Amino acid sequence: MLKTSTTDAIPDKKVNATHRHSFRLNAKDKYYAAVFLGPSLLVLGLFVFYPMLKTLYISLFLTNTLGNTTVYVGLGNYVNLISSPDFISSLFVTLFYVFAVTFFTVALGLLLANLASQKLPGIAIFRTLYSVTMGVSVAVAAIFWLFIFNPSTGFFALMSSWFNLPVMNWLTNPTSAMWAVIITTVWMNLGFTFLILLGAIQSVPNTLYEAADVEGASSNFQFFHITIPMISPTLFFVSTITIIGSFKSFGLIDMITKGGPTNATNMLVYRIYKDAFYSGNYSKSSAEAIILTVIIAFFTLLQFKFLEKKVNY
Amino acid sequence: MQSLDERTVLKRVFSYVLMAILAVIILAPFFIGIWTSFLPTMEIAKGNMFSTNVSLDNYVAAFTRTPILRYLGNTVVIAAVTMIAQLIFCSMSAYAFVFLKFRFRKTFFTLFLVTMMLPFEAEIIPNFATIKQMGLLDHFGALIIPFLTSAFGTFMLRQSFMQTPAELKEASDIEGLNHFQFYWKIVLPYNKISMITLGAYSFLGAWNQYLWPMLTTFSNNSRVIQNGLKQLKSEETFNDWGMIQASAAIIVIPTIIVLFIGQHYFKSGMNEGAVK
Repeated sequence: MLKTSTTDAIPDKKVNATHRHSFRLNAKDKYYAAVFLGPSLLVLGLFVFYPMLKTLYISLFLTNTLGNTTVYVGLGNYVNLISSPDFISSLFVTLFYVFAVTFFTVALGLLLANLASQKLPGIAIFRTLYSVTMGVSVAVAAIFWLFIFNPSTGFFALMSSWFNLPVMNWLTNPTSAMWAVIITTVWMNLGFTFLILLGAIQSVPNTLYEAADVEGASSNFQFFHITIPMISPTLFFVSTITIIGSFKSFGLIDMITKGGPTNATNMLVYRIYKDAFYSGNYSKSSAEAIILTVIIAFFTLLQFKFLEKKVNY
Repeated sequence: MQSLDERTVLKRVFSYVLMAILAVIILAPFFIGIWTSFLPTMEIAKGNMFSTNVSLDNYVAAFTRTPILRYLGNTVVIAAVTMIAQLIFCSMSAYAFVFLKFRFRKTFFTLFLVTMMLPFEAEIIPNFATIKQMGLLDHFGALIIPFLTSAFGTFMLRQSFMQTPAELKEASDIEGLNHFQFYWKIVLPYNKISMITLGAYSFLGAWNQYLWPMLTTFSNNSRVIQNGLKQLKSEETFNDWGMIQASAAIIVIPTIIVLFIGQHYFKSGMNEGAVK
């Protein structure tokens, strides 16, 4: 699938033909290529390819506290991880989080996009309001929601007291702490997902809906039998983007729960960070990093599969 | 006929009510955050959310008692330099992939695509060692140098550059423009919208960095705003919520402004470049 996206696909035929023409192999091109491509290759080589190989290398060894490799253990670190209940529980916590975040982000994004795609007076205001969380960074989102979840002064606590309900301490209970992180993540993701889905819904040809109107199809029927199928490539795209983003979550967890309570929100990236920079267990952390890479690479390939359709007309 | 119209009106009213309720829920964290940023912390602690004791004291405190301006300045410089560097280097490599013929072009392009599959979060241990060896710990360079270019940006610009009409290339060949001139005078201006999109994208990306700056910077001289906010939150033993909310508001307002200005470009760029 990579192969097809790397062909020198030049989109429309007219461009294609003439481009080929101007593409007489020019001896000078390789010098230009060195200048144009050199800087990027250098940076990617030093900060992406080298560290990736190095991480893979470290993951096959034991390390001392300085991070130097000592004894070659082959896949030993991976075997230890997979047989450690602690790591497996962390993996499940991460999967639950990723699944919940993706489901609610896409479902709510779709609801908002479908509503805001109606042609009504003043609809532009709602489109702007719904996309506003795109401008919120991790730390700001964490602060806003930490205040809402705060058991003594927080907004949820205040609301509970208005209705004479027992005050819940969101962040000390493992289940609700997880949901606190999920809610905050979904809220942050919503603006971007909404905008992308709105664009997709707006590009569905109007004639399809007009034909359905003539047939007397209800708007629910139209939503499930026209809108959803027509935007399914975009739905797939936002889902994979959300999955990849959630697997990499770190900032919100660091600010809201610090992986707690009792490891209830101790997700992959947080583990990688703590095992390396708190415990000094670099080989374990590297093995975890490689597992994360395999997961991310898998979902990125899925996404390329989608892009490929769109890229190579 | 009459009843049909009534139904349409009812449906519209229902739509507006539903959209308004959803808007209130989505914006509630903003409203609560910004409203409490005007209240004295004592009132917040007592749960007096509707206190009329409103003032700008928290903002004054945030600006005078905390290094938030320094954090903001650091972040603006780092994000701006990252943005300019990515615009230059991504467009250069995209140009090479579209307009230059050289050996191993496909191989290099595949390498770029592979890069997009590797999460930076998985590479922090060797990268930390590299930055340490370069003597860049706690310097702006630590936050800029690894992000001088991006495979995603190159890919996005490549998609856009491929749409440049061949007539422009022919005309510039006749004019005798070399590759540098064609790149600078024709390709970049022609793909302005994609460049603006990448600019907004890379600026916000640098602005939102959290894990990497947390590892590589530890003094106020180089700390960026995301980690600065965390610092303010954890330094305040008594949790001065009013001032913390004011700091969050100070940070969120510029990004929202950038977003509203860039929204049009962002949307069309996403549709043209990355998605389509």
